[in-house]
Amino acid sequence: MSEKKKRLAIIASQANITGAYPPLLLAITAAAMDYEVGIFFTFFGLNLLKKNNLNKIKITPAGETAMPMPIPQIIGVLPGMTGMATMMMKSWMKKANVAKLQELMDIAVESGVKLIACQMTMEVMKIKRKHLIDECVVGGAATFLEFASEADVNLYI
Amino acid sequence: MMVYTITKTLDVKKLNCPFPILKTKKAINDIEIGEYIEVLATDPGSVSDFQAWCNSTSHELVESSQENGIFKYIIKKTK
Repeated sequence: MSEKKKRLAIIASQANITGAYPPLLLAITAAAMDYEVGIFFTFFGLNLLKKNNLNKIKITPAGETAMPMPIPQIIGVLPGMTGMATMMMKSWMKKANVAKLQELMDIAVESGVKLIACQMTMEVMKIKRKHLIDECVVGGAATFLEFASEADVNLYI
Repeated sequence: MMVYTITKTLDVKKLNCPFPILKTKKAINDIEIGEYIEVLATDPGSVSDFQAWCNSTSHELVESSQENGIFKYIIKKTK
């Protein structure tokens, strides 16, 4: 078909569980809806592109006031609490039959989602190209903007 | 109710958003243009998702129904 595809452009700037799912879920859904999709990973979002890292994505209970933890907020900063919150969150997601981040990333790659790692923040975060999965490309703000300027949906997550 | 000749049935029961859509996208590649695929799902969100997916991809949702908690979609491949 010669008809122009719809396009989705996402900036992924977070790497806690609740920040990691939306960009990947939306990207693969959009790809299934015949959109052309690009995700620009910046700052902590770069963690989603690191090799063998998606299993290590966590959630911290400190500051996450909506997380129903049976403890006062202040306890959330103690050692071990992030691990506990992550375990709880993962078990809820498992019960709700939500796919793992790695599965979502595999589908994103398979369905041709364009993965762009932000060059500038890679330097800030001391992340080298070799730390990132082979399927991504490294680019700057102009790379993203050129892609986003033609997008029908633009999201910052 | 119309009767359609189903070429393929896809069972996505118990799968959650967005997997019913993703699996359907894959499965529709296995049938020819003009043929029908039947999808069985349990995700209540799939009702609006299948409508949206068909609008977006221009495949035709010819039937969307529910019986005993199972949602059934019949989609005609158009391209």
